[in-house]
Amino acid sequence: MTEVVTYKREAGKLDMQAEPMLLNIGPSHPATHATLRLIAELDGETILKLTPEFGYLHRCFEKESESHTWTQVVTYTDRLNYVSPLMNNVGYAMAVEKLCGIDVTERCKYIRVLISEFSRIIDHMVCIGTNMVDLGALTNFWYFWKPREEVYMHLIEPLTGTRLTTGYTRIGGMAWDLPDGWEEKARGVIEHVILPAIADVNALLTKNRIFIERTMGVGPITPKDAIALGFTGPCLRAAGVPLDLRKDETYLVYDRFDFDVPVGEEGDTCDRYMVRMEEMRQSVRIILQALDQLPGGPVNVDDPRFNLPPKQEVYGSIEGLMNHFKHIMDGVQVPAGEVYSATEAANGELGYYIVSKGGGGPYKIKVRPPCFPLFQGMPRLCEGGMIADLIAVLGSVNIIAGELDR
Amino acid sequence: MSGLFDLAVAVARIAIMLIFCLTFVVVLTWAERKGAAYMQDRRGPNRAKILGLTLGGIFHPLADAIKFLFKEDFIPDHVHRLFYQMAPMFALAPALMTIAVIPFGPPVTIAGKTIPLQIADLNVGILYVFAMSGLTVYGVILAGWASNSKYPLLGGLRSSAQMISYEVSLGLSIIGVVMVFRSVKLSQIVASQGELLWGIVPQWGVVVQPLGFILFLVALYAEANRTPFDLPEGESEIVAGFHTEYGSFKFSMFMMAEYFHLVVGSLLVATLFFGGWQFPYLASSGFVLPGGFSIGLPGAVVLLLRIGALFAKVVFFAWLFIWVRWTIPRFRYDQVMRLGWKVMLPLSLLNIFATGIALLLVA
Repeated sequence: MTEVVTYKREAGKLDMQAEPMLLNIGPSHPATHATLRLIAELDGETILKLTPEFGYLHRCFEKESESHTWTQVVTYTDRLNYVSPLMNNVGYAMAVEKLCGIDVTERCKYIRVLISEFSRIIDHMVCIGTNMVDLGALTNFWYFWKPREEVYMHLIEPLTGTRLTTGYTRIGGMAWDLPDGWEEKARGVIEHVILPAIADVNALLTKNRIFIERTMGVGPITPKDAIALGFTGPCLRAAGVPLDLRKDETYLVYDRFDFDVPVGEEGDTCDRYMVRMEEMRQSVRIILQALDQLPGGPVNVDDPRFNLPPKQEVYGSIEGLMNHFKHIMDGVQVPAGEVYSATEAANGELGYYIVSKGGGGPYKIKVRPPCFPLFQGMPRLCEGGMIADLIAVLGSVNIIAGELDR
Repeated sequence: MSGLFDLAVAVARIAIMLIFCLTFVVVLTWAERKGAAYMQDRRGPNRAKILGLTLGGIFHPLADAIKFLFKEDFIPDHVHRLFYQMAPMFALAPALMTIAVIPFGPPVTIAGKTIPLQIADLNVGILYVFAMSGLTVYGVILAGWASNSKYPLLGGLRSSAQMISYEVSLGLSIIGVVMVFRSVKLSQIVASQGELLWGIVPQWGVVVQPLGFILFLVALYAEANRTPFDLPEGESEIVAGFHTEYGSFKFSMFMMAEYFHLVVGSLLVATLFFGGWQFPYLASSGFVLPGGFSIGLPGAVVLLLRIGALFAKVVFFAWLFIWVRWTIPRFRYDQVMRLGWKVMLPLSLLNIFATGIALLLVA
């Protein structure tokens, strides 16, 4: 029996005396879905070397924050991960509250859980949907776009008045309470739109042979490498590390809910898809429990240092007017100190490292975006694969340029 | 006089067939968009109006055509001008030529002359079809090469490999049909499919060659560059593949070629495997059912029914193309190659072998 000799190419060496082809993928390319750039060195269609480059969507978030009040920064956080802005608001508000040492009200915590989980669902939907567009299955994208639209139309717009730039949290509470009938609408959207959509896409993809071949074993990563690169969120859990800040460093009221943390095995594109699909179902579980437990009461802390005074006082008394004026012009007064606070955002650990020298605005805000380590891990995930694999991986790690570049 | 008559008939056949196919292509672009919208829970094209009528967006192909015609015919500086301009023609022309041998109805007798409803009843029939479809790859390679840019080059590379690989399976998959019907003439193949198998089942290609049908259909999708084999374009990976650098009417010609492949493909599937113009149990005198019943019909009605049958089959397969496109994802390049050489090719050889044994046993 003759032994089959497979020719193995040494790294960086080509068959013929030729130079590798340099292919620019991005900053404007149908599969980047934002402005990011990957420079691929190709041999045929095989990627020999991949260099990720970022900074095309840099908007000076961190520097801009330094000249704004604590409350004004909330609206800047919308623009980080613009697919799930509500979650960024929550993460930021929690970091500042940690610095102030205040504990928000029960109702506020539940509302934050609700909006975070809805954001997680729509974020995963966009991620899977756009990933499927890149794989040539546009229909799944529309199947997920519709529930996202319903969430926006029936839940987020009535709640915040806007779609993208929600700016819903405040230091010490929320901008306002849930509108009337929001809970019923939330249940309706889950039952009639979100769950059927997940079932539809599941039926179209999960056992689809072409989908499995395109994703299984594509862009795998070991748990060790994933941790070393700083992966968090679904991409880390797909590699088999059950790290979920909602469980491991529980915040808000996540310890009161019964939910599971799905983990994958190979850390490949298929596992990332599966983890995201399951996380949406788990988020639905959390939302339903939170709606059942949702307590009444105020949404803001009963503390005039953080709360805007009621409008009657503002218009009716000089103290109220002055209080309001100081709030708006000087901002919420936050004690000096440093704090790092992280939440489990849709893409992973969204951390805010905040330095305060006292006063109405931050001295420095450093965001730890979940996308950054994922993007720096792209060469590890893609080198040796083909261009088509790169596209599949890029979609599945869900890089949001707004968060990557800030 | 007789020569003039023949000439008129020949021109009429060419004109009718071409006009039919080109119109069908236009309607198909609309059906693609509307069908996709229907599957994806959205409205689809519904804005273009004539006299206040939208008619479900049916005027959009017209608007598209006008737009493409009036756009600047831009040629980038870095392209090879001659090949760049030739490529769209090379893509479209062979597709148009393929329809010449497809019979779209039974021979009719007018003024004592028998006229086959077929532009040319070549005795090499199927071989001509493959000769023509083999040429379409030149359009794609030329476009990829002449564009002198990286994404089109990758697209051209992919498509040349893919189309050549699947040409093999496409050719081998219909050898079974040729063996069963003992002819490469398409008119003969269609006529043979009018017979009944064991007195009940119409002897269609799909009945006697089920495996051949599936192989042919898959290879056809690859030949027509349709999802799941649309890697040459693969819009999210290599932008627009071989036609990245094309605009205005040249791009439109590539689009037309793509949809023309759909029409030709549907016509071929219908002709080879679904009886072409044959209507089940319809003889030239009327319906003849297996139980001995028969319903007499005038000749004109029979002719219309038969042409209608072909039309219905073509519509169905064209819809199937659209249906598949909006349902499943795209293969990866190496997976397409693996499927072509490691699955399709052995299966088509097996099909020929099995057909041969079956024919020997029957004989």
